[in-house]
Amino acid sequence: MTYTLNAPSVRASFGFVGVALFCLFFADIEVTTLDPWTEFERMVIGFLTPDFFAIDQLGEAILQTIAFAVLGVAFGAGFGFVLAPFFQHFAPLRWACAFIRAIHEIFWALIFIQMFGPSPITGILAIAIPYAGICAKVYSEILEEADLRAVRTLPVGTSRIAAFFYAKLPDVWAYMKSYTFYRLECGLRSSAVLGFVGLPTMGFYLESFFSEGYYSEASALLILFFLIIATIRFWMRPKIAWVYVVGAAIVVAFAETTSRFDWAHVARFFGEDIWPAPVRTAQEFGLAFWSSLGDWGWMLFSTQALPGIVATILLTQIALIGTGFLTLLFYPIISERFFGRVGRTIGHGFLVVCRSTPEYILAYIFLQLWGPSMLPAIVALSLHNGAIIGHLIGRHSNELERRVDAPHGLNLYAFEVTPRIYGQFLAFLFYRWEVIMRETAILGVLGIHTLGFFIDSAIADIRIDRAMVLILMTALLNIFVDICSRRIRTRLRLRTSPEVV
Amino acid sequence: MAAFELRDATVSYDGNTVLNRITLRIERGERVALVGRSGVGKSTLLHLLYEQSRATSALVPQDPGLVRSLSVFHNVFMGRLNQNSIWYNLTNLVMPRRQEVDDIRALLVSLEMDDKLFQPAGELSGGQQQRTSVARALFRKGDALLGDEPVSSVDEHQSQSVLRSINAAYDTTILAMHDVDLALAFCDRIVGLDDGRIVLDSAAADMKRSDLMPLYRGEVTGL
Repeated sequence: MTYTLNAPSVRASFGFVGVALFCLFFADIEVTTLDPWTEFERMVIGFLTPDFFAIDQLGEAILQTIAFAVLGVAFGAGFGFVLAPFFQHFAPLRWACAFIRAIHEIFWALIFIQMFGPSPITGILAIAIPYAGICAKVYSEILEEADLRAVRTLPVGTSRIAAFFYAKLPDVWAYMKSYTFYRLECGLRSSAVLGFVGLPTMGFYLESFFSEGYYSEASALLILFFLIIATIRFWMRPKIAWVYVVGAAIVVAFAETTSRFDWAHVARFFGEDIWPAPVRTAQEFGLAFWSSLGDWGWMLFSTQALPGIVATILLTQIALIGTGFLTLLFYPIISERFFGRVGRTIGHGFLVVCRSTPEYILAYIFLQLWGPSMLPAIVALSLHNGAIIGHLIGRHSNELERRVDAPHGLNLYAFEVTPRIYGQFLAFLFYRWEVIMRETAILGVLGIHTLGFFIDSAIADIRIDRAMVLILMTALLNIFVDICSRRIRTRLRLRTSPEVV
Repeated sequence: MAAFELRDATVSYDGNTVLNRITLRIERGERVALVGRSGVGKSTLLHLLYEQSRATSALVPQDPGLVRSLSVFHNVFMGRLNQNSIWYNLTNLVMPRRQEVDDIRALLVSLEMDDKLFQPAGELSGGQQQRTSVARALFRKGDALLGDEPVSSVDEHQSQSVLRSINAAYDTTILAMHDVDLALAFCDRIVGLDDGRIVLDSAAADMKRSDLMPLYRGEVTGL
């Protein structure tokens, strides 16, 4: 006899919770600020009294954020579209795409800043490159779903290109469009966060508002940002997308930046900076060279990569379970099964704010309150991802069949709805696992000792060679988690449609 | 030379024999109806004949195979994708050429579909979708038209006009039909199948409706 609690999905859940508890034991969680509550009070007052009068700065921040997002997504989605038809047939292309999307936008930005400074080209490439990898994969998955009956009726001798554009693409065009809208939303978040590493987007202004305690201005900026994300479908239309691309190019081109494009920087980057120090200083490639290269590698691995990887995994596993718990807590607040119209509207508002604010910005805010430890990162990652999955699961719960004599309240939650959404919930959660790890690594830039911390420090010390090795490690770790996630989803027979996550 | 020829053709799926030693010769200019109960191998035989002549025949498949998000115009135009340059095809997708629009509209008039020219195929009724698929085969032009129940979902009046259009555009036709009266009226040779074998093959002019009825009761056992 098998008990429900012995089901594979439940066993997997307990396993992951166990791992997270074990990680929690080693994690560094504490509030290090002396008086977090006074600062919290000031922050809350600031957020409740948004100040839209700093219109120059707000306008510039929003304009640049949109411009970088539009250009980055346009190039990324464009390349992804061109690559998608070949994605399934060409393994090296799949590996290349997995690699470029395993590196976070901020890491790409940190790399390109070395070559181009905080210039438009840095911001656009930082978004476009990983997005091309993601779009190639998702577009190809969408194309796989196309109904092939129309293709089979085509006359003999129809070229592949004509067959693609007439019989295949129109069938899935709506899905592609809706996924690209979702990408634009992600692009706006990425673009906003790039401001924290020096580009002229929202993060740059937020950081300066926060450091000076201008919480009302920060609040106004965030509110504008939420509005822009919430109204994407009204201001962006596929038919006028080109107008936005041209407009964005003009905005970006005329932005005030101090950096100028210089081939010398690019040449130095590839010719010198990225080569390991022992290679650069080597007189001859004898035994002494190999031994010093070995020492360099071991030093880098044992003092930076290993601690970074351990912290990244600890934080990821804790945040994954935090996300799961918050999802199960959040989904009822937008579900018709549990709340009326008023309750759901408030619930939607809360989830929109949590999922529109990038993890990085949430973590930044909590960090101001509680000081540097893993705590702000765990809360930020769990809130943001919990709101995203909670939104999807809440919508999914509305589609479940209803029983007239169903129980109410907690009984309904525990016996009727949660068991039915559980499979879908796990599918989304494991799908997000890799995303959570990407973000975990990046939160190191804020001072939490994940891989991003060591990468950021190496760059600050102008040790680009070390930074490159660490970024490579981060990418491999992400790819590893992606493979694990796919294995688990296959084993538990979980399926997700790619266009929603 | 015969337009189509099969000798001792046998087809089986998963051990079930669908066509059993079929020998059939169809000359250019013949209009052949394949008749018989459902499941006797009409579709399989039709597809076998189509495989012989893919390059020169037009097919009206049982499932219309339309692209639901494209207009009727584009779905019909797809019949000639192999006859134009890729550049012509792609520009016509975005901005339909006047010449093509006029040609296809004229074609749709005979099928009483011209008012649906720019409507997405997904919004059409089953009968309209079937007529769109016929229009695509008419537009394609070729030596022969092979139709798998090409009028199964249109009403009787329209069935006649669709079949008239098919006969006007093609000299050689092979149509799998379940409507005996239409088969007798629009074809000149009747090939009856039962249990994967040809059990009847004669000129339509020599036959009456009642001659075909035994076929549907499984009572015709060989030529």
